[in-house]
Amino acid sequence: MKFVLRGREPRWVAPTAVLVAVAVTVALTALPIRLAGANPVAAFERYLLTPLSSVNGLHEVLLTATPLMFTGIAVAIAFRAGYWNIGAEGQFLLGAVGTTWVGTTWADLPAPVALPLGFVAGAVGGAVWALAPAWLKRRAGIDEVVTTLLLNPVALLVVQGLLNGPWRNSATGFTDSDRLGSGFDLPPLIPDSRVHWGFAVALAVILVAGVVLTRTATGVRVRAAGQAPQAAAFSGIDVDRVQFRAALVSGGVAGLGGASTVMGVQHQLTSGISNSYGYTGVIVATLGGLGAIGVLLVSLLLGDISVGAQNVSLVLQVPTQLGAIFSALLMLAVLSAMSWRRYRVQWRRPRPATTPEPAQETG
Amino acid sequence: MSLNLLALLGAMLTIATPLIWAGVGELVVERTGVLNLGIEGTMYLGAFVGFLVALRTGSPWLGLLAAVASGVVAGVLMGLFAVTLGLNQHVSGLGLTLLLIAVCEFTFRMLYAGERPTLDTKFDVLLPGVEVLDQHWLTYVAFLVLAPGSWWVLRSTGAGYRLRAVGESFEAADVAGISVSGVRYAALMVGGAFMAVGGAFLTLSVLGSFTLDIINGRGWVCIALVIFARWRVWPAVCGALIFAGTDALQLQLAITPAFGDVPRELMLALPYLAVIVALAVWGRSVRYPGSYLKAHRRA
Repeated sequence: MKFVLRGREPRWVAPTAVLVAVAVTVALTALPIRLAGANPVAAFERYLLTPLSSVNGLHEVLLTATPLMFTGIAVAIAFRAGYWNIGAEGQFLLGAVGTTWVGTTWADLPAPVALPLGFVAGAVGGAVWALAPAWLKRRAGIDEVVTTLLLNPVALLVVQGLLNGPWRNSATGFTDSDRLGSGFDLPPLIPDSRVHWGFAVALAVILVAGVVLTRTATGVRVRAAGQAPQAAAFSGIDVDRVQFRAALVSGGVAGLGGASTVMGVQHQLTSGISNSYGYTGVIVATLGGLGAIGVLLVSLLLGDISVGAQNVSLVLQVPTQLGAIFSALLMLAVLSAMSWRRYRVQWRRPRPATTPEPAQETG
Repeated sequence: MSLNLLALLGAMLTIATPLIWAGVGELVVERTGVLNLGIEGTMYLGAFVGFLVALRTGSPWLGLLAAVASGVVAGVLMGLFAVTLGLNQHVSGLGLTLLLIAVCEFTFRMLYAGERPTLDTKFDVLLPGVEVLDQHWLTYVAFLVLAPGSWWVLRSTGAGYRLRAVGESFEAADVAGISVSGVRYAALMVGGAFMAVGGAFLTLSVLGSFTLDIINGRGWVCIALVIFARWRVWPAVCGALIFAGTDALQLQLAITPAFGDVPRELMLALPYLAVIVALAVWGRSVRYPGSYLKAHRRA
């Protein structure tokens, strides 16, 4: 038995690979659940099904998926252009800072002005945080992976510095900011639920990104810059400029996520406002195949798992980090399984060289 | 205002130690053309496993041994993704980091929810009472053995030669009869062990306890140092000293009355910003190893 490269890929291979990856992930996460003293079957029912089995649970899934939709599509935009933005975490935080700044400075604004302003401020905050790495990459060829990563802890320090200093809560003295003006409260999207209009904005952003990436000339340039930069440059595309702009858009979209979370959920800035949403965004984008529909579906799946993890930790005393373990494992398992797609198993020893392998279909 | 220069120097050496361990580890790996973004998670794993085993057995030595083993395992995992399966190194490395951190946090919460356990015995400093030289033995090893040793191995030995050959051109190395995946796995295992020691240094030597933000981006700093150093050992050590010097300075300034009004967070951010500035000044148009980020497949 040996593995040989496939010629053509049958249609069943990709779905099978994903199913195998999911099975492996579930099997591997059963181990820590057991170690925590819970029954894996009961726990998985709670992780995956309990949130979906009640209206309230469904609402929570949509709410939890919202920031992941923003960071996921943000990362996907940058990755599509071949710009490895791993700084969505920091950009999300600076988006939250921007929104909090306008929301506390002009607290009296009425909602029709305040809400768009809040989102714009968030996008600007995120884009500003993405600017330095993008500029260093374009002007000096400095690896964006390193600079975007390094700015994540710095962004958290910016938030903590503001909350310990000038933005300390004036009423309670706690290290979270004052409440934003009431005009900045995103209204509920679904009545009597915590799902807010941020979800609709996230959907719209994903839709626009999807259409632009797949249906427009800009999208072609972005994808060309990412997939074949040399060929793109040869055909007259300014790859550096495309990547620079994609980086700023990516940062802006991540910043919108911060704005949405501040105006829709927290209504103030807290140092824990990003629950690793930026890093999880990389998982969302990758698992979603850097596509709009994929990002949406994976965000909902991880939202489901995350709500389930809260539930399991309350009921079965399994720490919530199991959700993070699951999502990281799932990404690695799916990537691994997909890399096996290119091979098929050859059960019998091939006959000696006289008959060549069936030629690969090269199109 | 008076700065205590000797204290500054001593703190600088201590702060630089984990960066030198993990930075040399990353450098060895990257010299084979593999970018290991699992470094942050591997340091975290080393810090956690070292602490856990030392806590349970009472022996920091066993803790260190376990940390080394955990680092080797992390290296093998990265090898599975980046070498055997040929996955995208950015994404799989970051995924490995997220996975390892989540697993450690999960285990820590499960075992010690709400507690703050500390080690009864951690590593002592050598030469206590002598300023600057009252360092942990891992610091001495980092500066006197690890850095010169890895420099010499990379430059002058057959192993170093094969390592560099794979990094520059794995096609050529392959033709010359060098096992590309063998060399890459070996580098990932050794490098992983160094990274884990860097993490374990923090729990076993410095703190004697474990906190959830213990690594806090130090792994990313090491990635930057390696590029800044253009994949050479001594410049990486210098880079680590720049970061550590800035960090030691901010610690000193924080207790200096004249700087009492400067926000602490600004000070804490300085070392990260210093690394970015250093990268911007000296890291322009660096030449990456020839097989950087590429997976090796025979046609």
